[in-house]
Amino acid sequence: MKKLESTWYNMALVLTGIAVVAGAALGYVNSITSPTIEALKVQQEKEAEQQVLNGQEGTAIKITDPKGFGGALTVMVGLAQDGTILGYKVLESSETPGLGAKAQDWFQQGQKGDIIGKQAGNLTVSKDGGEVDAITASTITSRAFLRCINEAYKNLSEKADGQSGASQQALPQRGSGEGASNNNI
Amino acid sequence: MNNMKVLLNGIIKENPTFVLLLGMCPTLGTTSSAMNGMSMGLATMAVLIFSNLIISLIKNLIPDKVRIPSFIVVIASLVTILQMLIKAYAPEVDASLGLFIPLIVVNCIILGRAEAFAAKNGVVSSIFDGIGMGIGFTIALTLLGAVRELLGTGKIFGATLFPEDYGALIFVLAPGAFIALGYLIAIINKIKTP
Repeated sequence: MKKLESTWYNMALVLTGIAVVAGAALGYVNSITSPTIEALKVQQEKEAEQQVLNGQEGTAIKITDPKGFGGALTVMVGLAQDGTILGYKVLESSETPGLGAKAQDWFQQGQKGDIIGKQAGNLTVSKDGGEVDAITASTITSRAFLRCINEAYKNLSEKADGQSGASQQALPQRGSGEGASNNNI
Repeated sequence: MNNMKVLLNGIIKENPTFVLLLGMCPTLGTTSSAMNGMSMGLATMAVLIFSNLIISLIKNLIPDKVRIPSFIVVIASLVTILQMLIKAYAPEVDASLGLFIPLIVVNCIILGRAEAFAAKNGVVSSIFDGIGMGIGFTIALTLLGAVRELLGTGKIFGATLFPEDYGALIFVLAPGAFIALGYLIAIINKIKTP
């Protein structure tokens, strides 16, 4: 078959044709996959909730910080009623693989930046005078991560302050409510 | 052309990374570890094979003057479809590789092979070209990732060879990517010159 000539008519026809076919293919695949993707997301969040509470009593809170190194950073944080960190899980991140993406392991129990068992609300990296070791060469990710943790505590104490029945346990809350005041580092 | 020759051409003689120096953005960006490099290489190979296949099929339908936009639409659609399928049916792969997949669209190897090979050759040899180039790219990225991971953290594929504290962090960061790539190309050129 001979190649089509580059006339205006042919070019417009071919480009439109390709765009229509590509659009249809994308729409079709999207319609098949999007329910599965949504269901997976919900299921992952449920599992994460279980995981971050670690079998202890507390509240799991999902927080997104828009200013990670590569974009938004979403973390599920498990907090006891007094603000002690029970566990965490990074749900969505666009951090650099090999650097900021280490956040999922770095702050776990026994690791270098261990925050489990610490009091949330005022955590900062050691560079900013805090007590948490930032991920090597990923201070921005570490700051965004700690902002999520502190924000989670703020949400928790606001819930408790408002006496809202929505909070899972209504135990009295310890410590000052201004815990999350250093959010904009 | 002999298909075996086409295949080897992509791996050795015209290795996309070490000889053609194409696709440097994902090469430098994603090779912070051997595993990351290999994942990126394999994902690229998948797209490369399909884009070569489709473009060699429709090459006569595309007028010359609009071939680049046509190729780009085909490639971008393939990458997006691949991303949606991985997200839905292989969430573990998505967790480790998800970030790299959109990068494949801007990989000039894919457009380069569409333009230089698939638009001029038949379906079967285009597929072989895709496989060969894909393997060449995967080997190169794995090698670069392994070197950077070893020098930077003392590990290869996560297995510790020496304590992390003795590693030079710069190799995991961007400057180390350039340095390691430069030395690898120099060494390979030296080996290849008779």
